[in-house]
Amino acid sequence: MTTNEIHERLKAKFGDDVGPLSEPKMDAFAVVKAERIVEVCRYLKSTPGLDFDYLEDETAVDWPKRNVIEIVYLAISLKHRHIVKLKVEADRANPVVPSIEGVWKAANWLEREVYDLFGVTFTGHPDLRRVMLPDDWVGHPLRKDYQEAGGWHGITNVRENALVELKRLDDARRAELAPAQPASPPAAAPAPAEPPKA
Amino acid sequence: MDKLILRRVDQNSEEMILNFGPQHPSTHGVINFLVQTDGEVIRTAVPDVGYLHRGIEKIGEIVGYPGFMPYTDRIDYVAAMFANEGYAIACERLLKLEVPQRAQWLRAISGELCRIASHLVSVGTMTMDIGAVTPMLHGIRERESINDLIEELCGARLTYNYHRIGGVAFDLPEGWRDKALKFLDHFDTFLKEFDRLITFNEIYVKRLANVAVISREHAIDYGLAGPNLRGSGVEWDIRRDLPYGAYPNFKFDVPVGKGFVGTVGDCFDRYFCRMLEMGESSKIVRQALESMPDGEIMAKVPRKPKPEAGEASGRVESARGEMAYYVVSDGTDKAYRVRARTGSFMAMGVCEDGSPGLMIADLVALIASLDVVAPEIDR
Repeated sequence: MTTNEIHERLKAKFGDDVGPLSEPKMDAFAVVKAERIVEVCRYLKSTPGLDFDYLEDETAVDWPKRNVIEIVYLAISLKHRHIVKLKVEADRANPVVPSIEGVWKAANWLEREVYDLFGVTFTGHPDLRRVMLPDDWVGHPLRKDYQEAGGWHGITNVRENALVELKRLDDARRAELAPAQPASPPAAAPAPAEPPKA
Repeated sequence: MDKLILRRVDQNSEEMILNFGPQHPSTHGVINFLVQTDGEVIRTAVPDVGYLHRGIEKIGEIVGYPGFMPYTDRIDYVAAMFANEGYAIACERLLKLEVPQRAQWLRAISGELCRIASHLVSVGTMTMDIGAVTPMLHGIRERESINDLIEELCGARLTYNYHRIGGVAFDLPEGWRDKALKFLDHFDTFLKEFDRLITFNEIYVKRLANVAVISREHAIDYGLAGPNLRGSGVEWDIRRDLPYGAYPNFKFDVPVGKGFVGTVGDCFDRYFCRMLEMGESSKIVRQALESMPDGEIMAKVPRKPKPEAGEASGRVESARGEMAYYVVSDGTDKAYRVRARTGSFMAMGVCEDGSPGLMIADLVALIASLDVVAPEIDR
C-alpha cells in the first residue's frame, strides 16, 4: 500500500485526530494527536490489509523554536512490505505521551531511550528508567539546549587539548627538576672544574 | 537499578543476585547483566547497558554531513561498512543524489565481505563462549584475509570510512578482483571445514539446541533484526524485501531458521543462519565481481552539502540486522538530528523476557547467539 492509501485509511477511521500528510519532500508523515496514538498504533497493527507488525523505530526530535518535541514512530509491515511514519508532538516544558509498549514490545527499550535522552515521559510504560546514562544523571543530552553539568561524581568532562596537556606535564617535570639543579650543579661543578686544573 | 532488582528478592529464599559483567569475557564488550538466580537457574537477567555511550547521535548534530562518516564506523566496529552505508544512503536521499552504478556495486562487494568478516567473529566467539576455542582461531584466520582485502581497498582494517555521501572513496586496486576470487574459492571450502569442525559436533549441538527459544511472534514483537529475526523463522531481509543499492541485480537466498536440530528460534538456529548467510554473501560477491559496471565511483557532491529542510530514512541490512538511519535537515550544512537504529539495541530488549528459566551457562549462549556488539547498543 502506498503512504497515501495508508493515510486515507487512518483518516477515515480517526478523522481529524490524524493530521494531514506532510508535503512529500521525502518520507511523508502524519501528525497524530497524543491521546489517540495508542489507538492508532493498535489499529495499524491489527487491521487486515495494514498489518504493521514490526515497530522499526521510535525516536524524538527536539524543536525549541516551535516549543515541541516530536516523537517519531516508524512501523513496517513484514507481510505487505510497506512503511508508515507517524509523529506526535509534545510540549517541551512537560512532554508526556502515552506509551505504546502494549502494542509493540519493541517500544519498551526505545521509549526508555527517548526518556533518557529527551526527557519525554511515557505514561503506562512498565519500567521507565534511564537506559544509557546513569540513574542520577542531570538533564537530557539530546535536547538542543542541554548544558553539560561539568562532570559527574568528581569525574571531570573538561579535557585540555592533548598537546597542551603534554606541555603542562613537561613543565611540571621541569619545575620538579629545577629546584634540584641548583643543589646538584654546585656538587657537580667542582668535578667538571677539576679537569681544566689538571 | 539496584533497587529495582533487590525489591523482588525474598530474604528467606536461596535467591541471590550476581553481577554478570561489565567485564565478563562472554558479554562481548562492556555490558552488565544483573542476574537474579535461584541456584543455577535464572529468575531474571536485567541488562544494564550504557557503559560505551559516547553520544554519537549528538556528535552528528555538531559535525557537518560528510564529517560524520568516520563516526559511524564507531557505532559498529565489527561491521563498519553497513554503518557507513546506511548513513550515506540517508544523506543521499536528503540531497536527492543519484549514486553511480559502479559505486553501488563496490558498496555491495565491500559490504558482503564485511558481513562475512563480522559473522566469522560472531560464530567464532560463540563457539568460544560455549567452550571450544579452536574454531574461533579458524574464524579469525579467515577474517584476517578479508581484512587484508579491505585494507587494500580502503586503507583501513577495522573502521573503514570507505563510503562517501554520493559514492565510495576508492576504486578497486589492480589485481584485487583475482585476489578476492581466490579468497572466495578458499572460503567456500573453509565453510564446509568449519561445519565439520564444530557445527554438528554433538556437544556443541546439545549446548545450543532448544536453548533460549525466541518464537516467531516474540521476535517480531520485540523488533529483533537480521539473523536473530530470521533465526526465529521470519523471512525478512532488507536486501531483498526493501531493496537498495545494487542488490536487486543479485540472486541470493535468505536463510531462515527451520529448527535444524531442535526448535525454530533456538540458539542453534541463530548460529546456523549466520553460517548459511556467509555462503550467500560469498555468492553475492562473486556475482558482483562478474557483473561490475564501469564508470564513476562518486556523484557530484558539493564540498559542504546543504540539503533542503526535510527528513529521510536510510535502511540497510547490516550484519546485526536492520540498521536504519533517520536524518533530519533544517537547511544548514549540519544535520539537525541523526538517529541510528541498530539491531543490537533491539536484541538487548529481548534478554529480560527471554532469560527466565535458563541456566547461567545458557545465558552465555543466548547472549552469544544474539551477537550483540556493545558500542552498537550504546552508541
